[in-house]
Amino acid sequence: MRPFKFSSTKDPNSAIKMLMDNTNAKFLAGGTNILDLMKEDVERPDELIDITSLHFTQIKTISEGTNKGGISIGGLSKNTDTANDPVIRRDFPLLTQAILAGASAQIRNMATNGGNLNQRTRCSYFYDTAMPCNKREPGTGCGAREGINRMHAIFGWTNNCVAVHPSDMCVALVALDAVVIVIGTDGKSRAIPFADYHRLPGDTPHKDNNLVPGELITSVEIPKNNFAGNSYYLKVRDRASYAFALVSVAAALEINGNQIKQVRIAMGGVAHKPWRAIEAEKFLLGKSASNENFKQAAEAEMQHAKPLEHNKFKVELGKRAIIRALTQAMNGGTNS
Amino acid sequence: MEIENKKPSLTEEEKTLFEKLMPEDMNEISALGVQRRHFLKLITLTGGALFVFQMLDRHQIFAQSSVDPALNIVKAGSIENSVNVAFRVNGARKALEVDSRMTLLDALRERLELTGSKKGCDHGQCGACTVIVDGRRILSCLTLAATCEGKSVTTIEGLAKRGALHPVQAAFIKHDGFQCGYCTPGQICSAVALMTEAKNGEASYVTANVRAKATSLQLSDDEIRERMSGNICRCGAYPNIIAAIKEVHSGKDVVQTWQFTGENNQPTFTTGG
Ligand SMILES: Cc1cc2nc3c(=O)[nH]c(=O)nc-3n(C[C@H](O)[C@H](O)[C@H](O)COP(=O)(O)OP(=O)(O)OC[C@H]3O[C@@H](n4cnc5c(N)ncnc54)[C@H](O)[C@@H]3O)c2cc1C
Ligand code: SF4
Ligand code: FES
Ligand code: FES
Repeated sequence: MRPFKFSSTKDPNSAIKMLMDNTNAKFLAGGTNILDLMKEDVERPDELIDITSLHFTQIKTISEGTNKGGISIGGLSKNTDTANDPVIRRDFPLLTQAILAGASAQIRNMATNGGNLNQRTRCSYFYDTAMPCNKREPGTGCGAREGINRMHAIFGWTNNCVAVHPSDMCVALVALDAVVIVIGTDGKSRAIPFADYHRLPGDTPHKDNNLVPGELITSVEIPKNNFAGNSYYLKVRDRASYAFALVSVAAALEINGNQIKQVRIAMGGVAHKPWRAIEAEKFLLGKSASNENFKQAAEAEMQHAKPLEHNKFKVELGKRAIIRALTQAMNGGTNS
Repeated sequence: MEIENKKPSLTEEEKTLFEKLMPEDMNEISALGVQRRHFLKLITLTGGALFVFQMLDRHQIFAQSSVDPALNIVKAGSIENSVNVAFRVNGARKALEVDSRMTLLDALRERLELTGSKKGCDHGQCGACTVIVDGRRILSCLTLAATCEGKSVTTIEGLAKRGALHPVQAAFIKHDGFQCGYCTPGQICSAVALMTEAKNGEASYVTANVRAKATSLQLSDDEIRERMSGNICRCGAYPNIIAAIKEVHSGKDVVQTWQFTGENNQPTFTTGG
């Protein structure tokens, strides 16, 4: 690891100032992603600003504004505390399941919500500094495009980058129409709808998200919904646990009789950002919650997939995962 | 010759470097007070020199040999980006000056002589370095020592109390929850924390219904497997690890998956656990 200066602060504005004063500085939260990448020499900050003492650790019901009745989770709350918050478990179980599908107990105890949003891709070419990678070093090319791309994207990629966003938590958040709250250099808050937070690669794959320099994630807000009784997070991976998703699906339904009143579907492991399955949602809205309709919804979404050389299996897997997640959601979202 | 004798012993920086290159020889070297000239010879002989020059400015190594030690420039060669940090380890207060890059794992192993916690992957992928910080299991390889100010760390060395093994330790022995033993300190620390998590009713990805109110849980084998998935065992001692954890968690005896040879000296096996 390259030498770096260690700084810390309890004041958000001075954290932002420190970041602005040194263009090579980075925030340090749980450290589970940035330290790993520094050991690999992929990230090379010369200063780390420890932000874990900032007070953005609350999880609370929102009492005013557009998301009134929803829940606000602190940017620095730990993933474990967020998943196990009693209100989140009761009213937003999809988020609990998605967080718990990620990493391991040890890592979730360390990882923060803000860090989870800003974690970088696990593309092996991104990690290997001997390989070309437009995300790591713009202009060098994409090692994965013609390389081993089994784990890579089937939606929204460009020749510049075919990586996927690795987070499970973010898949649930995009399904639940969450909003990312950040503060910037002027000390003011800005709200970014979750679907606009992460980016597709386009020709700037080095940018994962739409934060502007100096911005700090203070919380994520989830509006109130009626999905708690019928939601499910399904993760398919190479081993039963402690592995990144090949494909994952967050499904949430609001049912009236047998009619689908509201539906949210999002996928992980398929794109550079958590992928909202708009086509499947459109198909299902107002229809009956039947296996046949789930199947057609899955077809509607996956017909737009553009697999790469080694990940054609993700198209069929994605279909089946959508159907299975919707079915589990209809069964009350339990594992039994 | 006289001047030679006045040469300072290794600077802090050189010691750190040496620790990195050849941690196993470090104790011997500090104990014997190896001199700098000898150190330079050593690192050259070990082929570490090239690596050293990448890490240290060339003049940092050689400057001192040509400078009168009376000028006392030792400080200049001391730990780069040093951070002072004080925390508790197994109940005892420790204060250290560390390089900002030093992980908690390296601080425990290389500075505090607590080598129970193991470095398997150093990248968060195996769990061998698991320790308990402020009651929660974490990975010490992805934790900077500098961030541990005021915290309370428990390692495998701190679990036994007054000579009595922690119940999880005893159960690992009874159930033969290891083969080579490398993953074991991490497995045990992880399992100890898991007991508290289950008592608090924390959910896992395989929990039947996460919406149910959190109450003390009786964990199934599947639950134990999922909750222990952050600890990889290359020897594959998993069935025995689960048996050990299940026994402590349930408070009831669990049949061993193995037994000593039977009365007629024939090996006997059971399929319990
Ligand atoms: C072995 C392993 C397996 C994993 N498996 C999974 C998995 O299956 N699913 C999954 O979803 N994740 C997985 N993860 C990733 C893990 O979830 C992330 O590493 C973690 O969420 C990052 O959070 P952190 O607080 O540790 O972030 P850090 O590493 O501290 O920071 C990550 C980045 O975010 C920035 N940052 C942090 N906080 C803020 C903030 N408040 N505002 C602005 N920027 C900020 C930092 O500057 C840094 O660039 C795994 C990780 C490991 C090591
Ligand atoms: S897919 Fe993206 S991250 Fe991976 S090598 Fe290509 S540019 Fe880099
Ligand atoms: S050494 Fe820390 S997880 Fe492997
Ligand atoms: S006992 Fe050898 S790695 Fe687990």
